[in-house]
Amino acid sequence: MPGVTIIIGVPKETLPGEKRVAATPESIKKIRERGLAVRIERGAGANAGISDEVYVAAGAELTDNPWDADVVMKVRPPSVAECGRIKEGALLLSILQADRNPGLVDALKARKVTALDLVKVPRITRAQKMDVLSSMANLSGYRAVLEAAAHYQGFFSPQITAAGATPPAKVLIIGAGVAGLAAIGAARALGADVRAFDTRAAAREQVESLGARFLEVKLQESGEGQGGYAKVMSPEFIAAEMELFRNQAKECDVIVTTALVPGTKAPILVPKDVVECLKPGSVIVDMAAEQGGNCELTRPGEIALHNGVQILGFTDLTSRMASTASKFFSMNLWHLLGEFGKSDSITIDLENDVVRPSLILHKGEALPPAPVKEPAPAPAPVAKPPPATAKPAQQAILSPTRRAWGSTVAGLAAIGVLFVLSRFAPSEFLQHSTVFVLACFVGWQVVWSVSASLHTPLMSVTNAISGIIIIGGMLQVNAGLDVASILGALAVLFAAINIAGGFLVTKRMLKMFQQGAPPEKASSGGGHSR
Amino acid sequence: MSGFLVVAYLIAGVLFIRSLGGLSKQETATQGNVFGIMGMSLAVVVTSMAWLDKEGVFDRGLSGQLLGLGVLLGGALVGGVIGGALAKRVEMTGMPELVAMLHSFVGLAAVLVGFSSYLRPATVAADELRHHVHLAEIWVGIAVGAVTLTGSIIAWAKLKGSLSGKPLLLPGRHALNAIVAMAIVGLAVPFLQATGTEGLIYLLIMTVLASLLGVHLVMAIGGADMPVVVSLLNSYSGWAAAAAGFMLSNDLLIVTGALVGSSGAILSIIMCRAMNRSIINVIFGGFGADAKPGAAPAALPAGEVREMKSDEVGRRLLEARQVVIVPGYGMAVSRAQATVKELSAILREKGIKVRFAIHPVAGRLPGHMNVLLAEAGVPYDTVEEMEHINPDFPQTDVVLVIGANDIVNPGALDDPTSSIYGMPVLEVWKSKLTVVFKRGMAAGYAGVENPLFYLEGTRMLFGDAKKSVDALVTEVKK
Repeated sequence: MPGVTIIIGVPKETLPGEKRVAATPESIKKIRERGLAVRIERGAGANAGISDEVYVAAGAELTDNPWDADVVMKVRPPSVAECGRIKEGALLLSILQADRNPGLVDALKARKVTALDLVKVPRITRAQKMDVLSSMANLSGYRAVLEAAAHYQGFFSPQITAAGATPPAKVLIIGAGVAGLAAIGAARALGADVRAFDTRAAAREQVESLGARFLEVKLQESGEGQGGYAKVMSPEFIAAEMELFRNQAKECDVIVTTALVPGTKAPILVPKDVVECLKPGSVIVDMAAEQGGNCELTRPGEIALHNGVQILGFTDLTSRMASTASKFFSMNLWHLLGEFGKSDSITIDLENDVVRPSLILHKGEALPPAPVKEPAPAPAPVAKPPPATAKPAQQAILSPTRRAWGSTVAGLAAIGVLFVLSRFAPSEFLQHSTVFVLACFVGWQVVWSVSASLHTPLMSVTNAISGIIIIGGMLQVNAGLDVASILGALAVLFAAINIAGGFLVTKRMLKMFQQGAPPEKASSGGGHSR
Repeated sequence: MSGFLVVAYLIAGVLFIRSLGGLSKQETATQGNVFGIMGMSLAVVVTSMAWLDKEGVFDRGLSGQLLGLGVLLGGALVGGVIGGALAKRVEMTGMPELVAMLHSFVGLAAVLVGFSSYLRPATVAADELRHHVHLAEIWVGIAVGAVTLTGSIIAWAKLKGSLSGKPLLLPGRHALNAIVAMAIVGLAVPFLQATGTEGLIYLLIMTVLASLLGVHLVMAIGGADMPVVVSLLNSYSGWAAAAAGFMLSNDLLIVTGALVGSSGAILSIIMCRAMNRSIINVIFGGFGADAKPGAAPAALPAGEVREMKSDEVGRRLLEARQVVIVPGYGMAVSRAQATVKELSAILREKGIKVRFAIHPVAGRLPGHMNVLLAEAGVPYDTVEEMEHINPDFPQTDVVLVIGANDIVNPGALDDPTSSIYGMPVLEVWKSKLTVVFKRGMAAGYAGVENPLFYLEGTRMLFGDAKKSVDALVTEVKK
């Protein structure tokens, strides 16, 4: 569409309780820099603390009809009525969750919309900066712990005061995905004693790196599913898992559940009998409330009370942090827009490995399922220990025993050679050889302990010292000038360069080291001070 | 005179040993240098006296020796002035070149002394056997000297950038080396049999061959091995001096040459261990290009390179509690060390713990980075060696990798196809954020792809290191 300015529309969210907004002044500035226009609905950012004036200052136009745009960016999916207002053939970017909203898809088809479901952005490394699920999960994991702390009637951190002491709150996090890890981090930061459970063994390292204990069931079964999500487990495993949770519930004060399996209702991990194992006053935060909940007693959007245990079923954890959530969400969308070209036009590339799997409708037509590329299980653990075949460790090679043995063997070999030589070589040569071998040993013993920072000065000083060859030159100079004398004199000249250059440059370097030394060391080291 | 000479030489030898010993610790290093100067002065003064004695100056006074004395003093003075000027003028970033150049002078001096000694032996050999041993000593001395000379010149040119750092790999280079070496040994036979100075022609041919060998040996060594090459040549220059000692029957030369030779050998071994390479492999060269084509590039790292601008890096630095700076050759090239020091000082003032991590083979000379940081005035107690700092990376918030590449390559630990596999590296990727300062996406000196750049926690800051650090200083000063 050359020559025509592409308009991006940002409607106000209409779902009750939804406070986020799909564009912020920062993202609008970047979009404007690309040459695209932004029309934002009046009051769209009010709940996230962004006034219309700030939007205008960032380069957006205010409008009452954001739906009349080439691209519509929205957090929650549009209602069926809103779908009817979308311009025909427009591009829609939103958390559509099409599987759960069949009516929505039909309505979008009718408008020949190209619809991208943010939930379907593939979990590949390149697309991480566009992954709203991860950025939102991070926020809600953090918030879940804060909500738990607000509803829990004790300290999270251990207290020893004149008025009495309390142990740290014991927090169990179920599911160590992005949200679970964020929750672990937040709970640890508050000072709680945190343990976490996940069916994927790969989660252990991440859990432990955050300072939490990793719980596991006796049964061996990998829960590694496609795309970094956990898969559904066998009945035996679930039984063992329940046993573990029951035992944990007896000692824990707070449980945060984060378990979601894509496409289905959330699994029940905290049934009624586990809730009943908890002490009164305990708190459960069910982050899967919107998908039915991980706790049997969860009432989505509400606080349920059972035997003195509060079960928080908030579905608006991200909206409780609307300002930051909007910021992250809008930056995710900005990066995603980059997949539709970099300039002032929008091109839909069906070969693009981020766009293709996320598109559910292309010009109103349903696309066949995207070809599945290689599954990307959990992000590769960053630091692998060196494999068993690795060469011996540095310490082993540098060990003094090994060195001592090496010297001894070399020494015996040298003595052997000298012995053989003694049979026929002239005595002077033998004497020189003895001196030579001894000197080699002395050098060998003296230099080994050199500290790494002195390698260069040591080298330049040996450089100067090897200028001792000047003596050789001197001995060859004769009173009468013959060729031999001239050669000797030249040798003297070059050796003198070495001697002067080597010693002076060493002195210069060592002086620098002295200046760099902390004052007390410098004064003890040689009298230099700053 | 001769008894006095022996004692003086003994004292000089002891002084040299103390000099090397002193140079192994910061506290005694200055002292060590002074011992070296004392030893050298003593040796030169005593030898001069011996020379005057030999020429009969003490008995008959100066008469016909003025010319010889003038040549001697003139040579020493001119050389001393040139050396002094070089030492004064050299930039610390230019240290590798200077060291390589000085090595070549020792090699050259050894060759000159060898020829001189052949043309006019200091003492007439008492019998046939002694004559042959003397000739053989000359042969070996000149051969080692010539290899040192040309090898150092090539190393100097490579360090200076006049020659490409890429190893030159002639087909059948090992066979070539072997043939030249055998020719050098073989030519010794007619040389030993020649009478008078008729063997000069063989000596010249051999010198040419040894020179070529020196060129070829160093040409075949890749740029990443430069620290080893420089210390190896350091070692060779010592052996050359020792060989001269044999031919002149001078024990001080032998002792000193052996000291320098073994010191250089130890440095080479330390460097090789730091890279987990065998010394044989380095000496005979070809590293870095040996990687079978196709094998390495096949495993191109997944992920993408992410950039971070200096304002963002500055912000992250101010938020950090622990920062580690990893300098590499790139810092030396853009002469960024003073600015890097300024950055570290500002951060330290703000209560952030800043340390420097030095890999044993960072730069082009053993200990090169330490010298540069010392020049900039970085306190050496904040400069840590690899083994000490590696366990601290997980607690580090920001790592700034300034112009280093191969020494922070995680492939060295986990990618058996990598040609630097097995080399201990600075494990910067374990930190929370690694910022790599780089001019572009080129591979490091070893020519190995670096997966670090594609990791989750890595951000690239493209541009000249000095300018990037300057920009950071402005950011953190705000």
